[in-house]
Amino acid sequence: MVSREGVFVTTEFVPTDYLPVLIFFLIAGAFGGVTFLLGPLVRPHAPYREKLLPYECGAPPISDARQPFPMRYYIIAMLFVLFDIEAVFMYPWAVVFNQIGLYGLVEMILFIAVLVVGYVYAWGKGALEWD
Amino acid sequence: MEIGWMVITALLQITVVLITVLLTVAYMTYAERKVLSFMQDRLGPMEVGPYGLLQPIADGLKLFFKEDIIPAGANKIIFSIAPIICLIPALIGFAVIPYTEGFTLFGMQGGVIADLNVGLLYIFAFAGVGAYGVILGGWASNSKYALLGGLRSAAQIISYELAMGFSIVGVLLLSGSLSLVSITQAQSGTWFGFIPQWNVFLQPVAFGAYVIAAVAETNRLPFDMPEAESELVAGFFTEYSGMRFAFFFLAEYGNMILVSCLASVLFLGGYNAPLPFLSFIPGFAWLALKTWALLFFFIWIRGTFPRVRFDQLMKFGWKVLIPVTLVNLLVTALGVYIYNN
Repeated sequence: MVSREGVFVTTEFVPTDYLPVLIFFLIAGAFGGVTFLLGPLVRPHAPYREKLLPYECGAPPISDARQPFPMRYYIIAMLFVLFDIEAVFMYPWAVVFNQIGLYGLVEMILFIAVLVVGYVYAWGKGALEWD
Repeated sequence: MEIGWMVITALLQITVVLITVLLTVAYMTYAERKVLSFMQDRLGPMEVGPYGLLQPIADGLKLFFKEDIIPAGANKIIFSIAPIICLIPALIGFAVIPYTEGFTLFGMQGGVIADLNVGLLYIFAFAGVGAYGVILGGWASNSKYALLGGLRSAAQIISYELAMGFSIVGVLLLSGSLSLVSITQAQSGTWFGFIPQWNVFLQPVAFGAYVIAAVAETNRLPFDMPEAESELVAGFFTEYSGMRFAFFFLAEYGNMILVSCLASVLFLGGYNAPLPFLSFIPGFAWLALKTWALLFFFIWIRGTFPRVRFDQLMKFGWKVLIPVTLVNLLVTALGVYIYNN
């Protein structure tokens, strides 16, 4: 990494910090994978038509499960993306808050004010209602 | 060479943490059945081993030998990998939880598997991935119950993730770091010699919001709409059987332990002893004690509260928790600013 004066400096961030995470990821994946590989050797396998039908209270299923579902879920998902990005913006701000002082505080109050305007709009439009 | 020691240290710590987590999951299911039984004036599992203590092992073995059924019309690939997508994030979140005071092992830092400077973001990022496993598993089953359960679960998880995300900003303001090791260290010591310097005393509202959001995030009663037995059979894992079912189960309980550990670290001082004279008890015992207390709370509310309706759940998340956590955030920022000047 290059500092402001153009000199190479070492920083705290080194990718080796993430090496244990990668190892953990591989072990967790292997735990799942090995279990799935060993499973077929010991468990029974005797499928027939009725057993493979999707469960619908014991009666033959009516129509397919691949059907349209309410628009609500999309609206909630879109609102989530918006608000979650706002939340992610707050994390770095909160971490350096002690160093940026009053300027940072006022900036965040303005930021949240804008956020609240959008929130009130969504509420007024009924996007948060479920019925 | 240093990399070699790093890998060995990591492997050792991962083995210990993974075994602890899996054993906790196993005995969490036992504790849950026992505690619920006692609350309902029953005995719970008593047959396998003394007081039914071997019941979780019997359950695990039974699931391992069960037939694995993939329903006709299911998307086979997604149906197969969805449980693993759920399981991996629930396990690797523990990589950044500092489980005891830092020590040195082969010249490497111990006490936490990986002290990431973005530890908290890492946990939230992977918690988001877990939601994919739920919705993909529900959709791929080609069953109406599973589809509805998956959709509900996804909507619920993302709604309460917001409240959870906002509630921890207050903790970040107080500790000025995203690393869980630094957050824990900032909570050592006491005020006036008898009040532990835990964030819960400075952030009671955030703690309450976090715990409620955590219960909803892990799909537990009274927020267990995704698998509400009386209406959706078993929700998104209706069609799952055998080991794949076991993996969803493991992921759910693993997530419960993870959010409880996180609550202990963020609000209850992590591995710090509450008072200095108690510090002869090692750190991991304190973390375990705090985590178990929260896990008992999970079981307790399951035995006490009725299930809420789905519209009530969404309304509470969006119209109560989010405004409350936002106000808490602003008040905390003001307080920190006034305290510093």
